[in-house]
Amino acid sequence: MADAGHVLLILGLLSAIYGLVASLYGARTGQPEWVDSGRRAMYALAGIAAVSFVILDVAFVTSDFHYNIVASGSSTTTPFFYRIAAIWATQSGSLLLWVLLLSCWSSLALFLTRRRVRDIVPYAQAVLFGLSAFFTGLTVLFANPFAYSAVAPPEGAGLDPLLRHTTMMIHPPMLYSGYTLLLVPFSFAVGALISGRLGAEWIQVTRRFALAAWLCLGIGILLGARWSYTELGWGGYWAWDPVENAALMPWLCVTAYIHSIMIQEKRGMLKVWNASLILATGSLAIVGTFLVRSGILSSIHAFVSDPTLNISFVALISVMVIGSISLVVWRREGLKSDARLDSLFSREAVFLFQNMVLVALTAVIFWVTFFPLISEAITGTEVSVGPPAFRPFVVPLALVVVALSGIGPIIPWRRVTAGKLRRNFTFPVGAGLVTLIVLQFVSGVDRHVFAYLMFGFGTFVVATAAQEFFRGARARAAMTSEPVPIALTGLVRRNRRRYGGYIVHAGVAIALIGVAASTSFQHQRTATLRPGQSARIDGYTVKYVRATAGATAQKISLGAVLSVSKGGRHVTTMQTTYGLYPSENPTQPIGRFFNGSDESRVGLDAGLLRDIWVVIDPNVTPLQGLISQGDAKLSTALAQAESLPQGQQAKALNVLYSLRDIAIQELTRQFVTHPWSAQFLMEVSPLVTWLWIGAIIAALGGLIALWPMAPVGTRRFGGPSGRRSEPTSRPTEPTEPAREAELV
Amino acid sequence: MGRGMDPSRKRAIRLVVALTAALLLASALVYTSFAAGRDELTASQLLKRAKPGQTYILAGTVLNGSVRRTSSALFFSVRDPKLHVAVPVRYTGEVPDPFAQGRAVLVDVREGGPTGFIGETGSLTTKCPSKYQAASGSY
Amino acid sequence: MAYVLVLVVLAAAIYVITGPLRATRRERTLNADRIQVAELEAARDAKYGEIRDAEMDLRTGKLSDADYAAIDQALRAEAVDILHRLDQAHAAERMPAREAERIPSGS
Repeated sequence: MADAGHVLLILGLLSAIYGLVASLYGARTGQPEWVDSGRRAMYALAGIAAVSFVILDVAFVTSDFHYNIVASGSSTTTPFFYRIAAIWATQSGSLLLWVLLLSCWSSLALFLTRRRVRDIVPYAQAVLFGLSAFFTGLTVLFANPFAYSAVAPPEGAGLDPLLRHTTMMIHPPMLYSGYTLLLVPFSFAVGALISGRLGAEWIQVTRRFALAAWLCLGIGILLGARWSYTELGWGGYWAWDPVENAALMPWLCVTAYIHSIMIQEKRGMLKVWNASLILATGSLAIVGTFLVRSGILSSIHAFVSDPTLNISFVALISVMVIGSISLVVWRREGLKSDARLDSLFSREAVFLFQNMVLVALTAVIFWVTFFPLISEAITGTEVSVGPPAFRPFVVPLALVVVALSGIGPIIPWRRVTAGKLRRNFTFPVGAGLVTLIVLQFVSGVDRHVFAYLMFGFGTFVVATAAQEFFRGARARAAMTSEPVPIALTGLVRRNRRRYGGYIVHAGVAIALIGVAASTSFQHQRTATLRPGQSARIDGYTVKYVRATAGATAQKISLGAVLSVSKGGRHVTTMQTTYGLYPSENPTQPIGRFFNGSDESRVGLDAGLLRDIWVVIDPNVTPLQGLISQGDAKLSTALAQAESLPQGQQAKALNVLYSLRDIAIQELTRQFVTHPWSAQFLMEVSPLVTWLWIGAIIAALGGLIALWPMAPVGTRRFGGPSGRRSEPTSRPTEPTEPAREAELV
Repeated sequence: MGRGMDPSRKRAIRLVVALTAALLLASALVYTSFAAGRDELTASQLLKRAKPGQTYILAGTVLNGSVRRTSSALFFSVRDPKLHVAVPVRYTGEVPDPFAQGRAVLVDVREGGPTGFIGETGSLTTKCPSKYQAASGSY
Repeated sequence: MAYVLVLVVLAAAIYVITGPLRATRRERTLNADRIQVAELEAARDAKYGEIRDAEMDLRTGKLSDADYAAIDQALRAEAVDILHRLDQAHAAERMPAREAERIPSGS
């Protein structure tokens, strides 16, 4: 099957090349059947990628260690769920996932546009095929997931313990979906520029893909943050790590794009900006993919590089950037705006300003992330800049973005009058000010200026969204005479993009309130405790009640049960464990179980007002003497057993391995029966839960905005032109599509 | 900007303001980066440049067989990526979960006398174990 | 088994990819008409959405009455134009097949 898989990938590459050639041939000769044939080649590629993926996943599930990536990334003891997902924990497997997702999303996009924008599609198709051919070519030539060994090892290396976490299994498919979905509007932008069809049609047909990309990338980033908080044992959810920033940068850019395309659709403005923005976003998606795989930047979770792949990626990024700039410059005349900005105090101006701030934020993150390479190029030495380099810029810019996300929905188009200003801004600004005043009475809050302002701005944004829902429901109820709750659901159902967007704004504001509170007012301490001892943190007393220990063939767990109290009252009981996974060192038959990979299981008591977070670092040094003695004796015994005749060897080895397992159990039990002191890292973080809640709200808003409307034939249409519909006692909307008589 | 101002002049003024703001931001960014950044040094560079009382960022790979823990500290050596040189480090503080011999690390260190270098508490970061395995050095 | 799988996938891919190239002239003409109808229907839906958005902007205080009147008039005029063209496209789609075949391509 391995050979079949590799042949299928070659077929996939040939499909991609055929599709690219057929699309361009059809476009140049005016023969749409060749373009249609090219589109079907993308369907074929998606099918081929899916079959290849299934072949590989079956190999993982059945633990067929003839496949090199199965041997390096899985084992017979890896749980089933992680075995399915382990395919994308490897370089070649993750590239195959890229091909699968890119071909599937491209197939969907091309299917949905098979009867639309016929001038643009052939070129967009060609770009998608070019990208597909690149990634398929990588799997065929440099990172073959079907690489095979004639002799299979008896056991695989297993999945790294840190990756054995549900969020970590979903995180890569979400991120890759985000990246590949971004390439759809990217390709259509290129198609529009090449074909010269520079209106809003290419935006309309790809808008949902941009929104889906935003949603998937956002979920991927959130899952990574959650994994960091609950798994990595350092107590935070964001470290401004290059790999984290690699996903954040395109997410920020596509956020800007989703907003600025509204201006082009409504007013015919910002054409150059929108084209440039989506081309930059698509390029950043590839830069992000490159950054994770290249190892060019020191990162807490960047991975060691393959130079051949690095060169290929750099070449692709160069082609994308240079090509994008060239196309925009070539078509600059056709990209001129149809209208001008009427006033700086208008929705158009606010959207534009918000875009500029989001792009500035992206530029800051890009610069600081790549600064070690930039400095090396300029000064010859790699210079490290940690998280403190981001904060002076990111925090104020984020505040501005939040404020603008509240202003944007309520400021009128074209120009604002004093009356509209009063009517639209009084309630939200009042809500924000009340928050700031009330917080003055909360001790110490106003000393953290940026957090204090974020609370006020966040409240302003949530109040804006609430006001819009209220006014919209009231207006619809007046039009249709429906009760307000029914009017509210009807309002959202018929204006999903708008009201889904307001929900997103509210969710992001809530999430950022959680971020501001948990970073500015967090208490953290380290304490070394024995059972029975306590430490104090932020008014809480954390008592180390007892040690826990367990040992299996896969893992040794050393942990602690802790009791938390405040003011003499019991608050919660928590448990934290430290997992030790065996290494492959044959010279330490016992020691290797204590010196392989580690992972922490966090003790977490999450609440609406605060999280209490604890991890243990148990330090097995007190066992080292016993372990070394055991290693010496067992190594000698094993060597003697291996020199026995064949018939006696197996029995002797079995006895020795059983004794080894007993020894490991006893050594592990020492942590409970003769507990030594362990180091604990403790944190109390206020309002962290609101980060996750806000993010979920934002994701739900994104889903609502993304959901397609019913076809026109089943929708109702509004009243006659020039008059507002008067409220009546029963619904009067026509049920058939509006016709000419109704429009004049 | 008055009502009677020529629209193209308004646009020019807005463009100048926007570009000035961008330039100021870029300048602040460049200045802060170079001023706040610290050089990452390999083991050989550190041995050449280290002065008492100064803190440096040491970057390299944990030498196989060099990891030793006591009740009070973690001891390991960081090897140079190109030369056969390693620097011993005594570290206290949180040890990242991915830390192990053969893995790439960054740690803030200062001179600690004849025993080697002392790692600043909490400064140790480790690259994840390689999903994309490259051949590791044998030193 | 592996080779059978590859051959099946290859055959399926070739069949799918060459489908449009094997279509008759009549099928291509009908497809072209359908494409035009689909484009116009999408344009119509988009225009309806803009008209509805403008009304929502008026009701929620994002547009003045004067601006709304101008925008609404322009959008409805564009919608009328699209509906006219859609009627013509529907008529062309319903034209008998042999008449469609007699019409030279490109006209």
